[in-house]
Amino acid sequence: MPLFDRKDKSRYAAFTRRSLMTGAAIGTVLGALGVRLYQLQILKGDEFRTKAEENSVSARLVAPLRGRILDRFGVELANNRRNFRVLIIPEQALGGVEAALDTVGRIILLTDRDRARILRDIAANKKFMPSTVAENLTWEEFARINLHLPYLSGIQPDAGETRDYPFSDELSHVLGYVAAVSVRDQEADSDPVLELPGFRIGKRGIEKSFDPEVRGTAGVSRVEVNAYGRVIRELSRDPGAPGKDVWLTIDRELQKFVVQRMGSESCACAVMDVATGDVLALASTPGYDPNLFNVGIKPTEWRGLLNDDHHPLIDKALSGLYPPGSTFKPAVALSALDAGAITPQFSIFCSGSLALGNHIFHCWKKGGHGHVDLHRGIVQSCDVFFYNVARRLGIDGIEAGTHKLGFGKLTGIEIPGERAGVIPGRAWKEAAYGAPWLEGETLNAGIGQGYVLATPLQLCTMAARIASGNAVSPRIVRVVGRSPQPRPELARLQFPERALAAVQAGMNGVTNEAGGTAYTWRIPDPGFEMAGKTGSAQVRKISEAEHLAGVTKNERLPWKLRDHALFVAYAPVSAPRYACSIVIEHGRIGQHPDVQMGRDILLFAQQRDPLKLAPAYPVTAASLAQAPPPA
Amino acid sequence: MSSHYAAARRPLNWLEKLREVNWRLVLLITLIASIGIAMQYSMAGGHLEPWAAPQMVRFAIGLLLLIAAALVDIRVWLALAYPAYLVSFLLLVAVEMVGHVGLGAQRWIEIGPIQIQPSELMKIALVLALARYLHGMALEDISKPHRLLVALIMIAAPAVLVLKEPNLGTATILLADGFSLLFLAGLSWWWILPSFAGIIAAVPVGWHFLHDYQKRRVLTFLNPQSDALGAGWNISQAEIAMGSGGLTGKGFVQGTQSRLSFLPEKNTDFAISALGEEFGFAGCVALLLLFAIVIGYGVRIAMASRSQFGRLVAIGVTLNLFFYIMINAAMVMGMIPVVGIPMPLISYGGTAMLTVMFGFGLLMSVHVHRHVELPRSSGGII
Repeated sequence: MPLFDRKDKSRYAAFTRRSLMTGAAIGTVLGALGVRLYQLQILKGDEFRTKAEENSVSARLVAPLRGRILDRFGVELANNRRNFRVLIIPEQALGGVEAALDTVGRIILLTDRDRARILRDIAANKKFMPSTVAENLTWEEFARINLHLPYLSGIQPDAGETRDYPFSDELSHVLGYVAAVSVRDQEADSDPVLELPGFRIGKRGIEKSFDPEVRGTAGVSRVEVNAYGRVIRELSRDPGAPGKDVWLTIDRELQKFVVQRMGSESCACAVMDVATGDVLALASTPGYDPNLFNVGIKPTEWRGLLNDDHHPLIDKALSGLYPPGSTFKPAVALSALDAGAITPQFSIFCSGSLALGNHIFHCWKKGGHGHVDLHRGIVQSCDVFFYNVARRLGIDGIEAGTHKLGFGKLTGIEIPGERAGVIPGRAWKEAAYGAPWLEGETLNAGIGQGYVLATPLQLCTMAARIASGNAVSPRIVRVVGRSPQPRPELARLQFPERALAAVQAGMNGVTNEAGGTAYTWRIPDPGFEMAGKTGSAQVRKISEAEHLAGVTKNERLPWKLRDHALFVAYAPVSAPRYACSIVIEHGRIGQHPDVQMGRDILLFAQQRDPLKLAPAYPVTAASLAQAPPPA
Repeated sequence: MSSHYAAARRPLNWLEKLREVNWRLVLLITLIASIGIAMQYSMAGGHLEPWAAPQMVRFAIGLLLLIAAALVDIRVWLALAYPAYLVSFLLLVAVEMVGHVGLGAQRWIEIGPIQIQPSELMKIALVLALARYLHGMALEDISKPHRLLVALIMIAAPAVLVLKEPNLGTATILLADGFSLLFLAGLSWWWILPSFAGIIAAVPVGWHFLHDYQKRRVLTFLNPQSDALGAGWNISQAEIAMGSGGLTGKGFVQGTQSRLSFLPEKNTDFAISALGEEFGFAGCVALLLLFAIVIGYGVRIAMASRSQFGRLVAIGVTLNLFFYIMINAAMVMGMIPVVGIPMPLISYGGTAMLTVMFGFGLLMSVHVHRHVELPRSSGGII
């Protein structure tokens, strides 16, 4: 570079030197920026990408509408109602959760217990997950919250749906209930919808066994949010699918009648369609209000349910195990006839007791029944007759025959918690007690005592099977969504027709022959008659001394020591359609309340039968032609 | 070589000057500005309004300004150096008194329809004035205390005013511009090294004079998570935006961070975080390389000038550009505290765009007039 100024030479040299130094410094700085870029974008890129995703796109689950549960005619047994609630998102409560709750507490009532519960929920949840502050608010309370919303940071009003059981405790054990999701539920089920605040899942009954169907699938709304969590726009929306409706075989009118008829007894009842196995009514009293569990049961209410000696929480119809007593006798008789151990003509002499070894087995009738054949044995429920039948049949025969009638195994009804009961046998006793079977135990089993245990539903199944001769099994779900539940082909039970007829005749005699144990409470209406079998199950040991002195009347015993009253029946006798079983705990007093109950229920069931409805006027071809067209 | 002499002796007419303009550099600048406009377009969610279109208009005006400044004889700039400095200084004083309070700081002054940020003007004016002052001095004179004192006052006076606005970023750039010019003009190491030590020692003292918000920015910078939703917000969100771009980015107009108001000043000071998000490491490195080439051109132009004034002006505006880039990039990448410094040609903003383009114009003028000899005592042609 030529220079025009001699003095400029040194300046130019210095400038060039220092320019090069500066250039090097600039290069270094730019290099450092590049290194930082590399670190930020390449090395930590994935980490930041996740953060950016969380920042901007938020997937929000849309709770599916829970499917309804309907009775066989479409009456809603469980449905959904509007639920106004208030949620809190701890992360967004700028003044802290406590302050936010204080403010809310000035608008709606929050008890200390509520607050403790909310704080517990918040502690258990992630900070960005909403927790429920209050629900089932009235419209007015909800409106007040919305009015004050600008001052309520972190508070979110929400109008959701909640489960409602319009018939309260009428169907408590069939429907079960829904309740808040527990930690254990979340571990067992990965469905993300469980994390929604206030989400409910089925905990018992149909609500539990059909929870996957009734729950539906959650929708997903993907929204773009800004840093404050405010939704900018919805990117996509998958509406999910509402839960399917479940149609039960229950006839709600019959169920209502049954429950009312059972009254305040500690009682279980099942009513079944003999031809199909459809359970028309299934009740266990006392029940409970399933709505309590949905809104959150109070500790006092919970303790009340737990401590009630009538055990409202237990579904006695499915999981109550009772010695079937004399109701077991038709099953033993049929087994003996089937096995050829006896013929219908088989008879014995009843003196009131039977001695086996050094033990005396008593008949319920102290003086004895005299000459007793099969028919009289069933009609008058002679114990000594059935001791003899049992001896001839043996425990193996009892086991095989009664299994065929559905005892000793689950009926397979679609309600969780069913128990199988016990039909004892040699192998069973060996396993349970490590002792060989004794013949005296066979005698006890022959009258449905000893080790034999059955559920009311099994008794009802037995009645249906004897009435039809088919392998009927109870079922309670007819249709899920739009698809009818498969109905298994009904198989004959392979009992000789003669044997069936003899037992059916015996059961008919119980109610419809003078001298029958239930004759007084028969159904007299022609065409509506029922056949049945009474029974009672001892819950205490009666000593030999008491037998001699005279067995204490149930009425004079404390409630807890009284015998259970059992009754199985079917109607109409001519063409059996309805089978019924009733167990009244400690109810063997007075005028056979169990039989009266069975009579009323079977009569009511038949009266509701559209095939049985008598026309208001005689139908003739001429009257049909003249009849005005239906409105 | 002889043609250069001829060219140097005979003043060029405007057409010849136009031919002398380094069009490759102009093209490079246009390319960088296009990237900026594209990012403004993207951050508006794929719309020209409200940012991309005004930015285009400003760049067009800036381009005209660049060409115009390039054609102006370097002697005119030499003559205008002191007056420009004086006017800028007075405007700074005016802003101190009547300035419009924008974003908590008095930075703008309104003259009719235009808003002026005198601190931006001062960056150019300081370079011009210092270059002129140093131009008239032999190498050995610069290090003389009374000469140096004048230079220091020229630097410090506007810097203090800008700092009072308060605008820490611009004040820093003014100081950096000034001291680099002293360094490049050949200030003795005996002055430089002790001053460095002094500055480092003075940092704790200077802390007391910072505004609360400035202290908070520094503290937040040191630990962004301490206040992730408050002052640390910008830093963490900018980092997330940059970082989430990865190698090649999320694609044009696909950046979620920059589009969704996660960055309060996304289109101004934090504009390159959008580039980082949508074009990733590749895009950012490409931008840095383009800037590096521009800086390289600047240094080359400076070294090719036959006048000390030309050299110092050229290197001054180049370094000014570099300081912008360095401070902004380092801030967005979380390497230094947040200061209000835009990324040249990329960030949205009128004054910054025009000053940067005017700076390029001066650089180009030095290039066009690289053969013009300026006597040391000369006051130019005016």
